[in-house]
Amino acid sequence: MKSRVLVVTSGKGGVGKTTTTANLGTALAMMGKKVVMLDTDIGLRNLDVVLGLENRIVFDIVDVVNGNCKLKQGLIKDKRYEALFLLPAAQTKDKTAVTPHQMKNLTNELRNEFDFILVDCPAGIEQGFRNAIAGADDAIVVATPEVSSVRDADRIIGLLEAAGLGKSKLIINRLRSKMVKRGDMMDIEDIMDILAIDLLGVVPEDETIVVSTNRGEPAVLETASRAGGAYRRIARRVMGETVPIETENTDNLVDKFKRMLKLAR
Amino acid sequence: MALLDVLGRIFSKDNTSSKEVAKERLRLVLVHDRNTISPEYLNLIKEDLLKVIREYLEIDEEALQVNLANEDSAFALVANIPVKGFKRTRMAEVQGSSMT
Ligand SMILES: Nc1ncnc2c1ncn2[C@@H]1O[C@H](COP(=O)(O)OP(=O)(O)O)[C@@H](O)[C@H]1O
Ligand SMILES: [Mg+2]
Repeated sequence: MKSRVLVVTSGKGGVGKTTTTANLGTALAMMGKKVVMLDTDIGLRNLDVVLGLENRIVFDIVDVVNGNCKLKQGLIKDKRYEALFLLPAAQTKDKTAVTPHQMKNLTNELRNEFDFILVDCPAGIEQGFRNAIAGADDAIVVATPEVSSVRDADRIIGLLEAAGLGKSKLIINRLRSKMVKRGDMMDIEDIMDILAIDLLGVVPEDETIVVSTNRGEPAVLETASRAGGAYRRIARRVMGETVPIETENTDNLVDKFKRMLKLAR
Repeated sequence: MALLDVLGRIFSKDNTSSKEVAKERLRLVLVHDRNTISPEYLNLIKEDLLKVIREYLEIDEEALQVNLANEDSAFALVANIPVKGFKRTRMAEVQGSSMT
């Protein structure tokens, strides 16, 4: 299989890029793929904590690109999956400590070893963003159903296009079906009407994300988690499977029923 | 929609749902966002315009203004180019030759 470099980006901060990278990376590893996740949010390292790997860090991405250590030494192996790795961000440097050129070389080197290279992008459209997209084939744009987030996503889609990346795909995160039903939140269709991009998946607002982040165990590991289920389906779509997008009804009836069964298992 | 929500909407002053408001506001900001060009880009246009016009007219380069204007959804590149003088020799060359 040809390896793919996917950048997870959004423009706006706090919409779920890191959550998405951790869950998608873990889900792809669960499917038997060799995966590395790169945290490019230099100065605001976070992906390690979401994955529960913060105690294992010795070197970071800046050490690797500057040759202070070998690439292999910088990679941290996941607790649960043999073929899942993290390259953490540096915490004490700033975004200019890495250049787009270095990022491109790094991702190219990783292509030799991995099926998927997931790049967790920082917020903003400055150098951190340019670094993150430098070696990427395609982008996954994350947006929440809010005016500011969709607006930023639109801007990012334009920039990705200008940078010559492949076809970007959208994840709508933190959708609240109750609010959609009473007309107080934009729904999938409203957002898709606005953004010129294909939909990769919809992740509901879900407390299990908070719980799993508390524990440092991505929600995809939890069979009963709705958000985790959404990310597992997203991973299958990334692998090229056709998996229908979850709508309100399937969520309420089928998923509820499934969850009841899962609890009984 | 739940009955209470419906009643709430009927009796409140504002009966459009907040998502409709969000969509409309988003539509408007995006019309603007998608159709603005960066100052750097505008400067490139300006410099190239200058290069061409300089050949024909003496212009006040400091006072030159180039802007992208939009009304509803139509756009126009509006340039205000103050002319300081005429390039007599150049004009004579071109106009003279066309007269003969
Ligand atoms: N689907 C979700 N449901 C509930 N909370 C979420 C969801 N997605 C993200 N969050 C929470 O939102 C916050 C920001 O998410 P994060 O992934 O760190 O965003 P980013 O990397 O884009 O800044 C975190 O506290 C995270 O736990
Ligand atoms: Mg983040």
